[in-house]
Amino acid sequence: MAVDEATVRRIAKLARISVSDDQAHAIEGELNTILDWVEQLNEVNVEGVEPMTSVVEMSMKMRDDEVADGECPEKVIANAPANEEHFYLVPKVVE
Amino acid sequence: MSDLTELNLAQVREGLRGKDFTSREITDAYLEAIDTSNAALNAYITVTHDKARAMADASDAKLASGEGGALEGVPLGIKDLFATEGVHTQACSHILDGFEPTYESTVTQNLWDDGAVMLGKLNMDEFAMGSSNETSYYGNVVNPWRRSGGDNAPLVPGGSSGGSASATAAHLCVAATGTDTGGSIRQPAALTGLVGIKPTYGRCSRWGIVAFASSLDQAGPLTRTVRDSAIMLNSMASPDPKDTTCVDMPVPDYEAALTGDVRGLKVGIPKEYRLDGMPDEIETLWQQGIDWLRSAGAEIKDVSLPHTKYALPAYYIVAPAEASSNLARYDGVRYGLRVPDDDVVAMYEKTRSEGFGPEVKRRVLIGTYVLSAGYYDAYYLRAQKVRTLIKRDFEQAFEDVDVLLTPATPSAAFAPGEITDPVHMYLNDIFTVTVNMAGLPGIAVPAGLDPKGLPLGLQLIGKAFDEETLFRTAGVLEEAADFTARPEKWW
Amino acid sequence: MIVDTRTPNPKNFISGATGDWELVIGLEVHAQITSKSKLFSASSTSFGGEPNDHVSLVDAAMPGMLPVINKYCVEQAVRTGLGLKAKINKRSVFDRKNYFYPDLPQGYQISQFKDPIVGEGTVHLDMPEDGAVEVGIERLHMEQDAGKSIHDLVPGKSVVDLNRSGVALMEIVSKPDIRSADEAKAYVTKLRTILRYLGTCDGNMEEGSLRADVNVSVREPGGEFGTRCEIKNVNSIRFIGQAIDYEARRQIDILEDGGEIDQETRLFDPKSGVTRSMRSKEEAHDYRYFPDPDLLPLEFDQAFVDEIAASLPELPDEKQARMIEQYGLSAYDAGLLVDEPETAAFFEAVAEGRDAKVAVNWVMGDLAAHANQVGKPVADAGISAGQLGSLIDLIADGTISGKIAKDVLDIMIAEGGEPAQIVQDKGLKQVTDTGAIEAIIDEVIAENPDKAAQVKEKPKMAGWFVGQVMQKSGGKANPQAVNAILAQKLGL
Repeated sequence: MAVDEATVRRIAKLARISVSDDQAHAIEGELNTILDWVEQLNEVNVEGVEPMTSVVEMSMKMRDDEVADGECPEKVIANAPANEEHFYLVPKVVE
Repeated sequence: MSDLTELNLAQVREGLRGKDFTSREITDAYLEAIDTSNAALNAYITVTHDKARAMADASDAKLASGEGGALEGVPLGIKDLFATEGVHTQACSHILDGFEPTYESTVTQNLWDDGAVMLGKLNMDEFAMGSSNETSYYGNVVNPWRRSGGDNAPLVPGGSSGGSASATAAHLCVAATGTDTGGSIRQPAALTGLVGIKPTYGRCSRWGIVAFASSLDQAGPLTRTVRDSAIMLNSMASPDPKDTTCVDMPVPDYEAALTGDVRGLKVGIPKEYRLDGMPDEIETLWQQGIDWLRSAGAEIKDVSLPHTKYALPAYYIVAPAEASSNLARYDGVRYGLRVPDDDVVAMYEKTRSEGFGPEVKRRVLIGTYVLSAGYYDAYYLRAQKVRTLIKRDFEQAFEDVDVLLTPATPSAAFAPGEITDPVHMYLNDIFTVTVNMAGLPGIAVPAGLDPKGLPLGLQLIGKAFDEETLFRTAGVLEEAADFTARPEKWW
Repeated sequence: MIVDTRTPNPKNFISGATGDWELVIGLEVHAQITSKSKLFSASSTSFGGEPNDHVSLVDAAMPGMLPVINKYCVEQAVRTGLGLKAKINKRSVFDRKNYFYPDLPQGYQISQFKDPIVGEGTVHLDMPEDGAVEVGIERLHMEQDAGKSIHDLVPGKSVVDLNRSGVALMEIVSKPDIRSADEAKAYVTKLRTILRYLGTCDGNMEEGSLRADVNVSVREPGGEFGTRCEIKNVNSIRFIGQAIDYEARRQIDILEDGGEIDQETRLFDPKSGVTRSMRSKEEAHDYRYFPDPDLLPLEFDQAFVDEIAASLPELPDEKQARMIEQYGLSAYDAGLLVDEPETAAFFEAVAEGRDAKVAVNWVMGDLAAHANQVGKPVADAGISAGQLGSLIDLIADGTISGKIAKDVLDIMIAEGGEPAQIVQDKGLKQVTDTGAIEAIIDEVIAENPDKAAQVKEKPKMAGWFVGQVMQKSGGKANPQAVNAILAQKLGL
């Protein structure tokens, strides 16, 4: 399952990482090297094997329905690159 | 007082309790050592002088009145992956530019609650992705060890906890925190002559640790002795209602497990760890370890872990997949770097392209690809099935033995730039990554030197939540190896 | 594999230029779970608030933050599943749905993809003319709500508020079993009623607690399913009807012109009443779902389900059946009463120990008309069940007539007060004294001798006399007594 440059561009778009032409070409090579290497997993017979969902045998902890957090807008926006009146500010989004 | 930095954690603890010296004195000694040496090693990216002295003074007040926690007054270094309130926390990535959390990770909070003193934040591979500490936005970390025989070329300390390893090995902190997703504690520990333990998944809380691969990440210490690791883990580990994957089991007294007695202990030697073309010194060291444990009364048994060779390729599907999703939050909206653009999508793409380094981008793209429509079953699902088989291998082996002994790394420290092929670099974790895939505890113990005089480590792998057996066995190895070699101070 | 469970009903067909068309509709309803705190964090779910007030560091996706599930939300989802007579999955899995959007802080939404908490169920509709319609439920899963982007607050910028980020939602997915806009509206209404009975969602569509994605396609009656369009986030039942009507016509026009329907996401604009394509969502979606490694599989035992089942209230269908049985109501009346659980309870309080048919007439007649006028639910329209009951008692014991009772109700609404007191204060007590009634009748006959003479040939004229007598008595004369005495005096 070799990756071509168009695929690199498609996944870079999905991952929201801009890549230049040179980078796309280099990444294509690197990804193919890695993907060729992981191909060896196809040797493993996984028939009837359940995929791992949690490495530790335990049941999920649940919390009670209590309000014990939030109401800290200063903390929420403390590190924001741009904010206004406790809102995060971003470039105009067109829906 | 300049020799205070020579003391290991257990000795520091005794000295502070016995009022042989104060926390302020040892803290100042470490700060001075850092200020003198860090430029050469690049282990610290932030030194918190004022905070360290304030914490030390507070500890001294407690110690003076005979109070104080298990780590009262002990100066530590903290990997940059741990959120530390009001202090630089950037996972050594440009994308978290300027980020100072308003919260403290559970693990570091546990350390402060026990009285520890923070010296600063330690360098690491960006987002913990790397095995040589060459991917940090803040530059390479240098290993205090150098090859003997006139070659003064700098070496890597391993990664991703490279700053933790270098600082602890160069006595720029008593001990350090690390995290281990595929070997990031044990491999650098082995490459710098340290002890490093990755506890069982779920033993330490992940809350407040910048996530790389959630199902694999675990925190643990890097220390100069096995006892020091036991003391550190005792404080770091805890249940945590804020982490669903953290167990509610009480933390045992790990130090009490250091009985020095392994008589009757069944030690498994997995044959699949004997790789083609493995360097002689690794083979020799491994055999040495077997002999030491046998002499101490342990029973040695050959075991088989048939899916071992598939752990690393499966890891390089699972970890990047999780990372691609975990790192989606770095979008320039709420914190960290933003590269402005009038268009929001362009803002994302520029921010993430400039903010992430090449290795992080490579893994995010791989992870995005293996999860994408049409490829999920072939890659991610298959890898998770292989993971089940890897875990099953261990479960079967542990029906016959109590602990496994393996080499920690396939080689000693190498030079920066020496390994450029990603897959070759990934092979550094070949002995450690299986442990993360199965969620088990693993400890690296320094055991000898290679022909160039560089440290090599052995690894012990335990049953889930049986860190006590690991510490006990590691203690015996440590004593038998009597590893006293030190890098010649050049920094 | 989609199974068509419905027999085409010509009444639902839409006629086009080339012939009849049939609508096929499926709905994805997003219902906010009634809980105090969010699905995976302990911040408040309160509506409104200042920007980023009800936001924890988990909701803002700060580095290293982790989700911890709210047990109550899990119980509410199971409760809803039971209310939909659906299969409860004792093991379900949370997945991450990955996409970038400024109001999605994590870069993924925690949802349930392959293994939802609730499987197949059913919702029963009573359509006024067609009777029973069964709409299949495909699944119900839990997920996080996103935050909110606001585009008109700062010129040239959008602002992001995360107050809703992480609020627990249930996505309830129907099978494509719906065949008309009316059925779609009835389905959402019924679903809303069930949720309100269960107390798992307040059903408040204005505050966005309930909103629907509507999948619409058209086909030749009984034919192959057509290509569907998804109309996103429709937030009122009326708009759902309008959006479907518009979309049906749009698709029919395209098909009749020889065109093809693009499978796409559309937005309904209530102002213009049209749907338009959401260009921004057209970029190929690839959500890269995978199990969230921060959360273990959600597992519980049968006892957990049984305990919730034991606390389930009487649901609308059962309540309707019981009301028909217990009060002898028509299916229609009973259906109206059970729409709102508070109305049903109000009715039952009024009907307690009284004539149920009289009670239902008052509740769904005069009181409902008033409630409608003031835009409030019947049970909250200013008249208590006790007050209305007392009023009915006054009719039953002959103190006032039904007609006077309407006046008393008006006074109760306008001025408040107990009906008996009002009757006394305003002197509205019915006249049953036959002497007094006789005197009035005699007076009316004396004033209208010609009419009294005609009445034997035209017995219908008796009604005119009744009216006259009632008028003279100020409406207070007992109608039965008036009829009896009149008949006697006029020789009927």
